[in-house]
Amino acid sequence: MSTPLLEVNGLKKYFPIRSGVFGRKTGEVKAVDDVSFSVMPGEILGIVGESGCGKSTTGKSILRLIEPTDGEVKFEDRNILELPKGEMRKLRRDMQIIFQDPYASLNPRHTVEKIISEPLLVHGMKNSKERKERVRELLEVVGLNGYHATRYPHQFSGGQRQRIGIARALANNPKLIICDEPVSALDVSVQAQILNLMEELREQFHLTYIFIAHDLSVVKHISDRVGVMYLGRMVELTTKEKLYEDPKHPYTKALLSAVPEPDPDIKKERIILKGDVPNPQNPPTGCAFHTRCPLAMDICKEIRPEFAPVEDHHFVACHLYNDKQ
Amino acid sequence: MAETVLELKDLSTHFFTDSGEIPAVDKVNLQIHKGEVVGVVGESGCGKSVTSLSIMRLIPSPPGKIVGGEINFKGEDLTKASEKRMKKIRGKEISMIFQEPMTSLNPLFTIGNQMSEAFRLHQKISKKEALQRSIDMLKQVGIPRAESIVHEYPHQLSGGMRQRVMIAMAMSGDPEILIADEPTTALDVTIQAQILDLMRKLNKEKNTAILLITHDLGVVAEICDRVVVMYSGQVVEEGSTREILKDPKHPYTQGLIKSLPKLREKQQRLYSIPGTVPKPKLGRVGCRFAKRCEFAFDRCFQADPELISLGNNRKSRCFLYEEKESGVESDVNSTIRS
Repeated sequence: MSTPLLEVNGLKKYFPIRSGVFGRKTGEVKAVDDVSFSVMPGEILGIVGESGCGKSTTGKSILRLIEPTDGEVKFEDRNILELPKGEMRKLRRDMQIIFQDPYASLNPRHTVEKIISEPLLVHGMKNSKERKERVRELLEVVGLNGYHATRYPHQFSGGQRQRIGIARALANNPKLIICDEPVSALDVSVQAQILNLMEELREQFHLTYIFIAHDLSVVKHISDRVGVMYLGRMVELTTKEKLYEDPKHPYTKALLSAVPEPDPDIKKERIILKGDVPNPQNPPTGCAFHTRCPLAMDICKEIRPEFAPVEDHHFVACHLYNDKQ
Repeated sequence: MAETVLELKDLSTHFFTDSGEIPAVDKVNLQIHKGEVVGVVGESGCGKSVTSLSIMRLIPSPPGKIVGGEINFKGEDLTKASEKRMKKIRGKEISMIFQEPMTSLNPLFTIGNQMSEAFRLHQKISKKEALQRSIDMLKQVGIPRAESIVHEYPHQLSGGMRQRVMIAMAMSGDPEILIADEPTTALDVTIQAQILDLMRKLNKEKNTAILLITHDLGVVAEICDRVVVMYSGQVVEEGSTREILKDPKHPYTQGLIKSLPKLREKQQRLYSIPGTVPKPKLGRVGCRFAKRCEFAFDRCFQADPELISLGNNRKSRCFLYEEKESGVESDVNSTIRS
């Protein structure tokens, strides 16, 4: 087996809550709480979960766009959390991100050329003619035209803007791209175009993706392995076939059963969870899901279940399975 | 068939902007029968929300205006109703809930305060009684500790709870029709399942007709009896939910369904409709979808197709079905399925 491109061990991000005149710390939100996983070269790892589960914070912490509180992020065997700023900037050439909202992530005052050539300039492509050439090449790679380079973001549709975002991420030939809800803001017909483009680009440039989304059908379509997060924790992680055909964690089961499917013939047993996701400022003790879990036992309230393998390559954090070992 | 409670006849709503007149809703026909759940599906900019706002006469004017057609509600044409009459109808006979419950609730008033207002507007009851009824309503939509929630403010509730409050408020007048404009789009899947479950329950128990505006075909499959598909301001297809999802006729509907990633199937590559949704424009000739359609022929660019009845309440706005006799249809279907 080859070595993973990225290894995340015990990643934590706690946001302090400050209040009062002196801004003293009065509590913390455990946005990401002890998350571990690894990503193989060329793989697409999907991360799903509902809003506030910490999936986006996980993505941004890996790139150190948000400084993690604790843990280890190894990229090609180097712990990048220990790197000084300058080194980190150099490394970002290999690690890029695509954001959800193509309206907000492109500077409206810059032409497409400027937007895409900025990362080239930052990473040392000094010759402006070379940069121009590269921008045109990139635009064509993502299915736009060279003449689009002189236009401004508002002149494009949502799908086209997302293509520009992708071109920008590709500019320096990265190895890993973190895609943070890249198709959530798009209409169905355009969403399919972008998903296909991303798959083509992976083949063409041997990319590795971490694909963060809340839409389970989209994640299933594009990913090789999928991790499910709930309240800052990874609760299940396995190949997509296993996850969608044989989910183990009660939360994954409920989540899958709740997805509305566009087929009137599918009769599935719906698990409707009671209540809402608890406040991450004050998460439940033990297993974070026990307040909504239909199968909760006494132990779930007290002891946090370990994220452990129950089968080959199938990790679950649930006492139902941990006990059997 | 149950009686028709609402019927749109050639409804047209145009917006008059600096860059010209925009036919956001272009001669839309639609019927809703008693106790029926009708879905209006389409992508952004197709006119589905403008249609629903037109029914409520909530189109901001200027720039918008209903320029033609009728909205028949129990024998009354709402396009001609006075504002005073509309105030009586809104919330009492036809209610509406919106996508983002936070923006539809007033952050400065308690839940109980806002709900009582709805009661007291349409019925002569005391404040105390109105509050009591609000509590009862909240219990009906499954809100725990309703007695204390009425004294709380919208920001203290979660998204799912707020949407329940909105539904409770909309149902408080016991309306004939509930218009729900993307009611679950801002919610997480597990919460969405709760809200859809609630809407289904209210529809069964109170026999309230629901007009559901959505872009999500999965939601449609969950709850709707009948579906209307809109594209660029026009209705392009109509039929029962099963027929639309299993056997779509219009190339746009077919493309839309094929481009969805499915939970249960293995798909190598997603089908995708080329291009993007065109903006509605006045004086456009030809089928709105022709440019993106893989079956388009000369005629599609030269004349406007009518909404053709295919029998059994199925309709499709496509020239392919006009020339049924010539065997084009079977050709089309075999190409699509292959």
